[in-house]
Amino acid sequence: MRAPLRRDGARGVLGGVCAGIARRLGIDPLPVRVVALVLAVAGGIGVPLYLLAWAAVPGDAEARTMGRSRRSAVEIALGVGLLAIAALLALRGMGLWISDAITWPLALVAGGIALLWRGGILERSQPLPAPPPVDDEQPEPAERVANVSRQGLGAALFIAAGLVFLQATGSLSAARDVVLAAIVVAIVLALIFAPWTLRMARSLTVERAERIRSQERAELAAHLHDSVLQTLALMQKRADDPREVAALARAQERELRAWLAGRTPAEGERRLAPALEAAAADVEATYRVPVDVVAVGDADLDTAGEALVAAAREAMVNAAKFGEGSPVAVYAEAADGGMQVFVRDRGPGFDADAVPADRRGLRESVIGRMARHGGRATVTSAPGAGTEVELVIGRDA
Amino acid sequence: MSAPRVVVVDDHALFRSGVRAELEGHVDIVGDAGSVEEAVGVIAQARPDVVLLDVHLPDGSGAEVIARVAPEHPGVRFLALSVSDAAEDVIAVIRAGARGYVTKSIAVDELADAVHRVHEGDAVFSPRLAGFVLDAFAGAPPPPRVDERPDPDLEQLTAREREVLQHLARGYLYKEIAHRLGISTKTVEAHVSAVLRKLQLSNRHELSRWATTRRLVD
Repeated sequence: MRAPLRRDGARGVLGGVCAGIARRLGIDPLPVRVVALVLAVAGGIGVPLYLLAWAAVPGDAEARTMGRSRRSAVEIALGVGLLAIAALLALRGMGLWISDAITWPLALVAGGIALLWRGGILERSQPLPAPPPVDDEQPEPAERVANVSRQGLGAALFIAAGLVFLQATGSLSAARDVVLAAIVVAIVLALIFAPWTLRMARSLTVERAERIRSQERAELAAHLHDSVLQTLALMQKRADDPREVAALARAQERELRAWLAGRTPAEGERRLAPALEAAAADVEATYRVPVDVVAVGDADLDTAGEALVAAAREAMVNAAKFGEGSPVAVYAEAADGGMQVFVRDRGPGFDADAVPADRRGLRESVIGRMARHGGRATVTSAPGAGTEVELVIGRDA
Repeated sequence: MSAPRVVVVDDHALFRSGVRAELEGHVDIVGDAGSVEEAVGVIAQARPDVVLLDVHLPDGSGAEVIARVAPEHPGVRFLALSVSDAAEDVIAVIRAGARGYVTKSIAVDELADAVHRVHEGDAVFSPRLAGFVLDAFAGAPPPPRVDERPDPDLEQLTAREREVLQHLARGYLYKEIAHRLGISTKTVEAHVSAVLRKLQLSNRHELSRWATTRRLVD
């Protein structure tokens, strides 16, 4: 399929019409230009044809911005105005006499109409496509300014046309009184309605602020409903199970704190402290044992860091399972490129030299895992003194 | 030693009566208050040994209560107690003069123990507070300001103090720390008191500007 006809602004001499036609035909622009020049010189038909093509065929830039015309307002006005003059001159040449009082105003009006319609109604009536995201960083304000100036120029052309018409018919002085009266009326009306308009604008601002506020309130209400109120309802139902109630309350507290701090789990997951918090929340929810995390410093997690968090999680599970309900304390420190995590429970403890068979999880998924990632795990425990697992990666591992 | 006389300052009546019931027998609760104004009045009248002080109050903060009470009643000691674990709030109330900070989820016997400790003039650091302090004192000390006598010792922790704080953050009790580090419990207490003093007097910008730079909520 061939490319649609577009004016070639880059290679064009005047408006890029000839270059565009040449590109469409797949030939060099020179022959096209020669033909156009011949048509212009012999008989003059080339000039209006060129202008017509200039006005009617969209340029490259316009095509790219999907109909949002980038042609300057002056260009359009000139083009259409010249077209109108050409048509009138042609009519005069054919013997149809049109008075000068009509000719010039008509040309101006034609230009003005072209501007107003192109800039306003025509574009508005087309569904505006979404602006290209990268091409123009902020097309909106510039676009609006261009529209305003285009419409201003169009209106100015209209007024000029009116003045020229009045001048030509000799009724300008009479019209002056009318215009003066109209201006006075306009000023009086403006003064009368100014406060009202101002108040209107202000109340619009107030209303917008109110709307934003109520949206925020609705969002907050939605969040509280989904989290806190649900949990409170659940806690009322489980009132006879204190462990369950405590676990629900702690899970909700954790969630609410994260929300208040503006931490979303998705973006926080890959950092040490939030990852440990998440693991603690999981273990707490599963084993109904409070797990407190204290973190000093924070660091991004690489593969070894992920292994550290996984090992810490396993240690928390162990502490929750064998700590006989005692709270689990997790302390993490990230500094100088190293990470250190302590997981401690106040349970019955065990003889570290004779790790029972059911503690193999500790050996495999904690000690083994840390060693595989160039880290170290140390388990300190004694009967009656609780258990502490120390995990180190990086620094002095 | 007689039971310490305690005033509980917290805006939640439910919490106040809960603490009163829990600490019954451990300490002598001589009054309670739900706001800064009320607290100032009650403390002046009851003359307690220890004030259990919520960090946030409806008409101000716990730090405000300390600022208004401490000059006239220097014997009254304060223990901050809160669910609000934002570092800046906790540090603020400690710098105002509180002798320690514990979370409201603390077990009863630990709370009673903390009150006794504060009553005896010691500092009470929950694991959370120990973590905050380690965080605040991480990194190099700031250069001394020209307009004041430099006291570099105030601006950083000694290796031993750091060690004690780490053990506190890991959930160890003073007695256990003493045992692990091979020092006496009294020495552990001395270290913690020294840290408290540094926390209150240090010029580290981490302490004064914590709120704006970290936005840490537990």
